[in-house]
Amino acid sequence: MTTWSIIGAGVAGLAVASELVSRGVKVQVFDPGGPPGPHGCSWWAGGMLAPWCEYENAEEPVLRLGQMAIDWWADRTQVHRRGTIVVASARDLPDLRRFARRTEQFVDVNQAEITELEPDLHGFNKGLHFEHEAHVDPRQALQDLYRQLTDHGVELHRKLAPTQLENAIDCRGLHARDYLYDLRGVKGEMLVVRCPDVTLTRPVRLLHPRMPLYVVPRGDGVYMLGATMIESEDSSRITARSMLELLSAAYALNPAFGEAEVLEIGVDLRPAFPDNLPRIRRLGRTIHANGLYRHGYLLAPALAQGVADLALENKHSEMVDEDRA
Amino acid sequence: MKRFYGTELPNPLMLGTAQYPSPAILEQAFRDSGAGVATVSLRREAGAGQTFWQMIRDLSVLILPNTAGCHTVKEAVTTAHMAREVFDTKWIKLELIGHTDSLQPDVFQLVEAARILTEDGFQVFPYTTDDLVVGERLLGAGCEVLMPWGAPIGSGRGLNNEYALRAMRAEFPDLPLVIDAGVGLPSHAAHAMELGYDAVLLNTAVARAGDPAAMARAMVLAVQAGQLAHQADPIEARDMAEPSTPVVGKAFLS
Repeated sequence: MTTWSIIGAGVAGLAVASELVSRGVKVQVFDPGGPPGPHGCSWWAGGMLAPWCEYENAEEPVLRLGQMAIDWWADRTQVHRRGTIVVASARDLPDLRRFARRTEQFVDVNQAEITELEPDLHGFNKGLHFEHEAHVDPRQALQDLYRQLTDHGVELHRKLAPTQLENAIDCRGLHARDYLYDLRGVKGEMLVVRCPDVTLTRPVRLLHPRMPLYVVPRGDGVYMLGATMIESEDSSRITARSMLELLSAAYALNPAFGEAEVLEIGVDLRPAFPDNLPRIRRLGRTIHANGLYRHGYLLAPALAQGVADLALENKHSEMVDEDRA
Repeated sequence: MKRFYGTELPNPLMLGTAQYPSPAILEQAFRDSGAGVATVSLRREAGAGQTFWQMIRDLSVLILPNTAGCHTVKEAVTTAHMAREVFDTKWIKLELIGHTDSLQPDVFQLVEAARILTEDGFQVFPYTTDDLVVGERLLGAGCEVLMPWGAPIGSGRGLNNEYALRAMRAEFPDLPLVIDAGVGLPSHAAHAMELGYDAVLLNTAVARAGDPAAMARAMVLAVQAGQLAHQADPIEARDMAEPSTPVVGKAFLS
């Protein structure tokens, strides 16, 4: 029986491994960083499964391929199916109208309805409620995938993959630029804060022309605040400006965030192709699966299925843009 | 056609490169519109935007780096120097923000920074208000182009003060003038060109449109239409109808 070697244990690699295992295939994983941790950019993700919200500023495949993610993840980790709320301050209501016009599957909510959904969101006269969206805790999700894989006897080799591997699937994200020349990094900065004074039970997005923010609840009063999107490949630092903007936006959402304890500061680069859509590419004996951009958890399931279809059945899903086997 | 520091533009649309859904869509917007100039922000990308910058270079259009987001002379001068190294151009769109909510230019610092940069060999495109005196001071500082706002950045309100913009055109008849900021619709862009402006610079109206490439094309058609209309010497508006066919011989008195 063929063993498939997956290189990279981020959300792409582990999702591919999980999909292959679920189809009865033997796999092994290589990652010099070891099990999921802060070395991978998916560790710093928001974990929103929000295809309708993302569609506001993304192309159609994100909407369509993202919709299967919720059920895929629900088979593997805890999925919070509580929807998303989108709000804007009174002066930014044109942005809310544009957001609504560009997407679908939401209901308009007024101030009373917003506070009924989330009592700690007050002062917003208008909002959008995307009832069908969900979120995961990304770190929990990665650890759950990893545990399930090891339970199935999948070995994670804590080292670089040997060169000249047969049946390799390269999921190294930005590290794969040695083969994927059109891959770029898009800088993202995020904060994790503890703020027991605020209770939010679902992701909330605050629209703003310059500093949009999303807040994702992690439970126990912990929130992820994210995330900047900067065309830069410097992942060495968060700038004071970015931190100010994230915190000011959170403060605008609820002034109680002013008392929050900053637990973590995250900075990393999202691997992205020029159209910000993921790709599957077979070059020689290696299948590359990459470019999840800001849609790691949303599109990893579709990416994993596309890889499995190509690897096992030689079927070309729409994500396959090059096949030079 | 007026020249910008000796360079003639292929068409009068200057297009920003921020806020597009993806670099692929940005590229398509430039391809479909044939916009002659790309403005690029350096400040936020400081240090390591290589891949994105290379994408901008690959557009093969004139590059006008900007100092967007700078609030002080020192920041703006530093950013301009970085831009000159990164893009190998003397051109710099000088933007010095003086007010957080309106993003109104700080014209006092603007004049000072323009003088420093001009002395340093830069060719400065200052983002300014429609104030004539400030315009005069900027020319005194060495600028050979002025870029007055139509309305606040990203507001999409069009030309807020047509009177002042007409006055500016009349005051500086031989100077290249660009409407920078505030344009939301092709009609706004055409309006600017009809007033005799030489180019229009915009970003948000295209980048945040539902179909940026289509909007970029609409904008370039609009600036070309406005420019052609201006050159064609439009008629004056009047209060009463002026029949386009002769009325003599018609029984209009019956």
